[in-house]
Amino acid sequence: MSNAQSLDIPEDLQEDDRPKWDNKFQYILSCIGFAVGLGNVWRFPYLCQIYGGGAFLIPYFIALVFEGIPLFHLELAIGQSMRKGSIGVWNNISPYLGGVGIGSLMVSFLVSLYYNTILAWVMWYFVNSFQEPLPWSICPLNGNRTGYIKECHKSTSVNYFWYRRALNISSDITDSGNLQWWLVLCLASSWAIVYICIIRGIESTGKAIYVTATFPYLVLTIFLIRGLTLPGATEGLVYLFTPNLNILKNPRVWLDAATQIFFSLSLAFGGLIAFSSYNSQKNDCEKDAVTIAVVNSMTSIYASIPIFSVLGFKAITGHWDCLDRNIISIINEFDLPDQSILRDNYTAWLEFLNTTHPKKIAGLKLRNCDLQEFLDQSASGTGLAFIVFTEAIILMPGSQGWAVLFFIMLFSLGLSSMFGNIEGILTPLSEVRIISKSVPKEVLSGIICLISFVTALCFTLRSGSYWLEVFDSYAGSLPLLIISFFEVTGVVYVYGIKRFSDDVKWMTGRQPNFYWQVSWRIISPLLMLIVFIAFVTLQTQKQPSYGAWNPKYEGFPMKEEKDYPAWILAICVLLVVIPCISIPTVAFYHLIKRVLGRRKRKDLNPVNTLSMAPQENDNAFYNGQEYVFTLTINQQK
Amino acid sequence: MLGVLLLVFSLVALAHAELCRPDAQNAFKVRLSIKTALGDNAYAWDASEEYLFKAMVAFAMRRYSNKETTQISNVLLCNMTERVSFWFVVTDSSKNVTTVPGSEVEAAIRMNRNRINSAFLLTDNTLQFLKISSTLSPPIEPTVPVWLIVFSVVLCLVGAGILFLVLSGIRQRRKNNNESAENGDLEDKCDTPVTTENGIPCDILDLKTGRINGVYTADDERFTPL
Repeated sequence: MSNAQSLDIPEDLQEDDRPKWDNKFQYILSCIGFAVGLGNVWRFPYLCQIYGGGAFLIPYFIALVFEGIPLFHLELAIGQSMRKGSIGVWNNISPYLGGVGIGSLMVSFLVSLYYNTILAWVMWYFVNSFQEPLPWSICPLNGNRTGYIKECHKSTSVNYFWYRRALNISSDITDSGNLQWWLVLCLASSWAIVYICIIRGIESTGKAIYVTATFPYLVLTIFLIRGLTLPGATEGLVYLFTPNLNILKNPRVWLDAATQIFFSLSLAFGGLIAFSSYNSQKNDCEKDAVTIAVVNSMTSIYASIPIFSVLGFKAITGHWDCLDRNIISIINEFDLPDQSILRDNYTAWLEFLNTTHPKKIAGLKLRNCDLQEFLDQSASGTGLAFIVFTEAIILMPGSQGWAVLFFIMLFSLGLSSMFGNIEGILTPLSEVRIISKSVPKEVLSGIICLISFVTALCFTLRSGSYWLEVFDSYAGSLPLLIISFFEVTGVVYVYGIKRFSDDVKWMTGRQPNFYWQVSWRIISPLLMLIVFIAFVTLQTQKQPSYGAWNPKYEGFPMKEEKDYPAWILAICVLLVVIPCISIPTVAFYHLIKRVLGRRKRKDLNPVNTLSMAPQENDNAFYNGQEYVFTLTINQQK
Repeated sequence: MLGVLLLVFSLVALAHAELCRPDAQNAFKVRLSIKTALGDNAYAWDASEEYLFKAMVAFAMRRYSNKETTQISNVLLCNMTERVSFWFVVTDSSKNVTTVPGSEVEAAIRMNRNRINSAFLLTDNTLQFLKISSTLSPPIEPTVPVWLIVFSVVLCLVGAGILFLVLSGIRQRRKNNNESAENGDLEDKCDTPVTTENGIPCDILDLKTGRINGVYTADDERFTPL
């Protein structure tokens, strides 16, 4: 008989109906794009600023070395060796841990819901950046054209545009209001863009990632060059990087460094496992892990330089405005010639006038213009991008161009992270047997995008921004810590560190060295546990509250602190519990099955029963081959 | 005669001083910031500029009331400072030693603010009439909001991209189906799975007698027939 396989097929073509990356660069770029996201641009610089500048880099790098890189390597290795998405991988490692994969899937879904809503906001600002003048630079006039709208006049035009024209925010989370049609349109278009890019899984994202992962670096460089030439840039950078080593005594700094590294590397989403599962197995995942994690951190630092140059520019412009206003008051009061007092001799003049006419000066109620105060106005998250930075852009010449560039950069940063999130959903779903093989990839990804779009419509309500905060604080934080803890303990203690090290050795060609062994066995699980406990402690210490934008509040434009009502707290708890509940549920389910199976076998002795549950000494052969369940044949009497 | 003239003169001067003084009734304070507005091209404020100012105010009053009764001499300036700020009133020549009501002056200035500003090459901010608020010009609203245009462009591109990708995917799948149908026909004829080694499908080869390698056909006579 003729044999069909006379060709010597190399090992990495064994699973040849599994899609694979066009080249290694695509894979690396996808992982970098997934890890580098909006948090690198708007969370890290803020943390650097409030935690004593250069000093923050110390806990940050310690967390990177002992928590970030080991966990990252772990995820890449298990995905690459088992060649499955998160659910398949965890079922392989131990069916009792199957819930970890399901948890990852659910967290990816919840996070992608609100992450794409942020991209919808970015899109709204992007389409509004083509106007001259920029719509957030001027306050609209009120009804009889005698002045500006009160809400805008009391706060600033930038705040007004964000809270009123973009979000049309309500004053309370329980006051939902209607769907805001412009946000619905933007949300639809951002989901459509995501759909275009993931329509065929990694075949399409692999092409899109060339643009979306590299474009932000280009824009950051442009902003860097522009930012450094702006006045006040040096003040901003000095302020950012001046180390204040005393801050390291505060344990909060260490916790924030650990959580920042963890969330920044996008661990526990299942997306990294999915990406590396499309690799060939003989790939050096150790080098990849170190490279990508280091690139992610370097990007954070690189991004903070232009951000802080621009913020320094904004601070100094604010300071000059303050001085100018004071100077005008003095000149008008004393009828001095125009331009006789300049910013340079302002303090000298002020002292002179204070000695000669102290009462008049006191009557003017001059504001104390302190540059430090302006530099201290920090913001992170959406506040940085949509309020502080947009305000700075208005002050730069050629603001339309800078605004367009900035928002395209934010959009591509978020989009490349969305690819990872959606792959974390698509890959496991396409492997689970619920969905038939005949469903084409395009339809599956279309269904996922459609369901996500419809669910995310709740973020386009008037209270949508408050809901997004809830999702971000609860669904996108605690479950990830829990899942990651189970990941590392599952691989090290359930699967076996020896077996895992052998797998890694088979893939990379060298046994993981002492650093990896110590980190995986002891340091990372311990760190994850400490971080989790500290995080929960901090969250539960005070009543969860949110800041509401309420024009009728007496302290307006300050935000009004409101507590979450009980039903919303219940939803918060649900958001944490639902992804994590799958871990004990699945373990329990398999335990019950096994107990029942054993009992059945005892009853029907000596006939073996068809059992799909893993037996005590099941030999699962990994290293790329299919998981072999020990099947025993059903012999009926 | 001279004495009478002098008396009248001093009375008039006194009256003027009465009418135009800071915080007088119907008086307005004006403040100019020429250096801020013009920088190096700033002109000096002298008597001629004052004359121009009086002329502009008189012009504004004439335009507003549509009567040609206001003269330059009706506009009185006082309290000139180095800041370049001063007070002015507009007197009414028909009635003795009274000033035109402030509301009329205000309305007149408001109506002709542009002309007054441009005469001095200044703006609303640098030529300030305190107590007279300027009507703010509304921002120019284009007929179609710009953002809608940009958004439609983006949506069209995205929609076209989706259509293209979906259609090409369907076409690819149809091609694959046709190919596998062809391969399926071949498989029916073969007992074993199709070998496509060197591109020779099964049905050409006669499996019962084994594969005949064409290179050796010439040597067929060498073999002893069974």
